[in-house]
Amino acid sequence: MDYIKLINCMRCGMCLPTCPTYKETFLETASPRGRVALLRKLREGDLDQSDRLLTYLSFCLDCQACATACPCGVNAGELVAEFTCERKEGKRMGFMEDMVLRKLLPHPERLETFMVPIRFYQRMGLQRLVRTLGILKMFPKPLERMEGLLPDLPEKPLRRVIKEDMQARGETRGTIGFFLGCVMSLIFSEASRATINLLTVLGYRVITPKNQVCCGAPHMLAGDKEGLKTTARKNVDIFSRPDLDFIVTDCGGCGAELKKYSHYLEDASSVLFSSKVRDISQVLAMHADELKLLLKPLLLKMTFHDSCHIAHSQGIRKEPRDLIRLVPGLTYIELENADACCGSGGTYNIEKSEMADLILHRKLDTIRATGADAVVTGNPGCLLQLKKGLMDHLPQVKIMHLTELLAKSMNT
Amino acid sequence: MNPLFIKELQTIVGEPYTLADPESLAVYGYDATPELASRPGVVLMPGTADEIARIMGLCHEAGVSVTPRGSGTNLSGGAIARNDGVLVQTSRMNRIIEVDEENLTATVEPGVITSTLHREVEARGLFYPPDPGSMNISTMGGNVAENSGGLRGLKYGVTSDYIMGLTTILADGSLLRSGGKAVKDVAGYRLNPLLVSSEGTLGFFTGITVKLIPKPQVKTTMLAHFPEMRQAALAVSAIIAARIIPATLEFLDKVTIKCVEDYAHVGLPLDVEAVLLIEVDGHPVVVAEEAAGVEVICKKYGCSFFQTAKDENEALKLATARRTALSALARLKPTTILEDATVPRSRIADMLKIIQDSAKKHNVIIGTFGHAGDGNLHPTCLTDERDKDEIIRAHKAFDEIFDAAISMGGTITGEHGVGLAKKKYLPRLIGESGIRVMQGIKHSFDPKGILNPGKIF
Ligand SMILES: Cc1cc2nc3c(=O)[nH]c(=O)nc-3n(C[C@H](O)[C@H](O)[C@H](O)COP(=O)(O)OP(=O)(O)OC[C@H]3O[C@@H](n4cnc5c(N)ncnc54)[C@H](O)[C@@H]3O)c2cc1C
Ligand code: SF4
Ligand code: SF4
Repeated sequence: MDYIKLINCMRCGMCLPTCPTYKETFLETASPRGRVALLRKLREGDLDQSDRLLTYLSFCLDCQACATACPCGVNAGELVAEFTCERKEGKRMGFMEDMVLRKLLPHPERLETFMVPIRFYQRMGLQRLVRTLGILKMFPKPLERMEGLLPDLPEKPLRRVIKEDMQARGETRGTIGFFLGCVMSLIFSEASRATINLLTVLGYRVITPKNQVCCGAPHMLAGDKEGLKTTARKNVDIFSRPDLDFIVTDCGGCGAELKKYSHYLEDASSVLFSSKVRDISQVLAMHADELKLLLKPLLLKMTFHDSCHIAHSQGIRKEPRDLIRLVPGLTYIELENADACCGSGGTYNIEKSEMADLILHRKLDTIRATGADAVVTGNPGCLLQLKKGLMDHLPQVKIMHLTELLAKSMNT
Repeated sequence: MNPLFIKELQTIVGEPYTLADPESLAVYGYDATPELASRPGVVLMPGTADEIARIMGLCHEAGVSVTPRGSGTNLSGGAIARNDGVLVQTSRMNRIIEVDEENLTATVEPGVITSTLHREVEARGLFYPPDPGSMNISTMGGNVAENSGGLRGLKYGVTSDYIMGLTTILADGSLLRSGGKAVKDVAGYRLNPLLVSSEGTLGFFTGITVKLIPKPQVKTTMLAHFPEMRQAALAVSAIIAARIIPATLEFLDKVTIKCVEDYAHVGLPLDVEAVLLIEVDGHPVVVAEEAAGVEVICKKYGCSFFQTAKDENEALKLATARRTALSALARLKPTTILEDATVPRSRIADMLKIIQDSAKKHNVIIGTFGHAGDGNLHPTCLTDERDKDEIIRAHKAFDEIFDAAISMGGTITGEHGVGLAKKKYLPRLIGESGIRVMQGIKHSFDPKGILNPGKIF
């Protein structure tokens, strides 16, 4: 990590009011300014790498709200992530990490097989039984949390069933490579189906290569830089077809990661790859006028939650809002602090469940205040976190992916 | 610090709110002031005024120093505690106790964030004008202790103009109430003006009652581009001389413009030497008249382009961008040493010239922005703390700038306070007798000298 990045923080505090963990605790150690200071003091030898220091840092969600807020270009979240990655790098991975990062994520079909028992157990109706009886209480907390977060899974992962090459409806205006995120494929397959559908309706031929692999975000988190590079290389090669106008994803987290491939690999093909990556909202917004003609009224009161990976990492805020507003009959209500993290943060909601709950509740309170019937967002992490939160506390409010809303309006 | 003493303090605020581990102490050792840091002995986060009184009582007995802290954004080292002292952070005390619409007052706890109060009162058609650049994170306690100004200072004044009542815990833990909701009060010495800007050295504020005014009906926000700095400065003086008092009359030089635009992307011009951000507010007819007057004057003084914000949103964007100026300047170099010299507003042009000359003479980069209408500029030296030679040159330049400010009948700090950072300049400004009187006041409030020691003098 560059020392200069640490001393660039001039301690103005402008980032503090946007940091979810500072808002909950008022602790300097849980603020972006404090986190940069911890890293700096560690680097300068003023502090040792104690367990406590690592714990303080581990509460960062890497939500990047501080980066958006910082006028002088410091990115506390990224610095913490970089530090964590560097620290873990080269260390032997634990059994679980090794299994997930090396054996499952690089091979989508194995990942899917791994999910089969879970789907089976859901289908058997065991889920309700187990949930009511609280059998999961006997398992370690993280497992219980993980189960609680899972909505009903689709019959089959989308990657398995989707046609690799979908022709445009009507005249072809271009070709899109669709990057299908793991979680989208395994859990939110309906949303990604809607995404592909919208693109074909708008005249795009959509290629969804079956051999694409995980975007690499989990590898980065775990400090597995080698794994990250291998993964990135594979995807760059798979999507290196010259006929692709864009590489589109409907997963905010994947999009943010794919746009960084050029930094990881630093070669011409990865630069080209990253430059083609678009969040689905960016492409749809280009064709707003046509889209508008296809949409039918939906009498819904809607609000929108910015995913950190889309708003803060990719700087996309306007497009999704404009798209929601296209739907006739719909009332749009802006959410207060719409771009504040929902507490999902990758696996944060599993590892730091108490803090994640506090952050989630702040989000739920703002949603409640809008009086909306449904919330739209653009990232599977947020979908999972909010789905569970709404189910438990605001069951009347639905949540959907942006493309699900648009598809719904197109098909009513 | 003695662990037994920490234990005693802990019984007052509770375990989660007592921080004594090396990591916490390390990051509570700074505020927003460059070059200064010192680890406190312990950090406490009380939740009530009563807890603060008990902390003060205990520390008074033991002769241990106490430094109040809001959000740690002050720029003079005021919230830096001593190694053997207690740092008391007020963030948890963040309730707006009351907005009294009959008396037009609001009463808050010290940890309330300035902009939170703005939102709360504006929702009722009322207005609390002081709006420091840091308003989204600065606390009301900090604002009072520093007598903070803001972008609307020209027309509406600074924090002290709005303080009606204070509840203060004195050094020995006893309670002092000064002022209140009555608009007139001549019972004895006026303590509020003394307590406001006392930088945590006279007492610990636990309750603050501020005056509210009706929210101006409309406002117009304008941006005037100038090919030369001097033209902008002359326009400032001319606007005021023409008896137009805008709410906001802010100056940004080329270096600042570039940094702010780099961050905020609000379309500031990159090819001019200076801009003025001007806001007039009030009755629609008056606003229209004043806005027209401002435009005429700016053009007369060489404004090359005059732009009026088309809606509330654009106006807000411009003001928000201006608020980031100081931090944005740090994009260029890691250490930003900023000063706060203030001169009578007719001397703004002379002051700008002196800043430019000093920067050239000592070979340092200085970006200047600030509350031009108040004569309060923030020349900010962009430097790197690792370059010791450059730091020395920066301080030499500021020495000259301060002397010039004093000789023009100005002051060494308009709104950031003396704290630790400007201690050495204070005698130059107020002389030995001034220091003696101030020390006498300090002594009568705090004979043991335990409240934020080492600040101001
Ligand atoms: C980017 C930026 C922009 C700024 N813009 C402006 C501006 O436009 N105008 C301006 O005037 N200032 C400005 N400041 C300076 C600063 O924000 C103000 O001085 C602010 O009032 C400090 O508030 P705080 O809560 O951070 O106080 P802190 O920095 O925590 O404390 C400031 C002082 O107040 C004392 N104090 C805090 N709370 C109490 C209390 N309850 N009782 C007694 N003493 C207390 C502390 O001991 C300390 O001496 C700016 C700072 C930054 C970083
Ligand atoms: S990270 Fe940026 S916004 Fe936060 S304190 Fe540092 S410089 Fe200021
Ligand atoms: S990334 Fe998010 S949680 Fe981490 S410091 Fe920044 S704002 Fe706080």
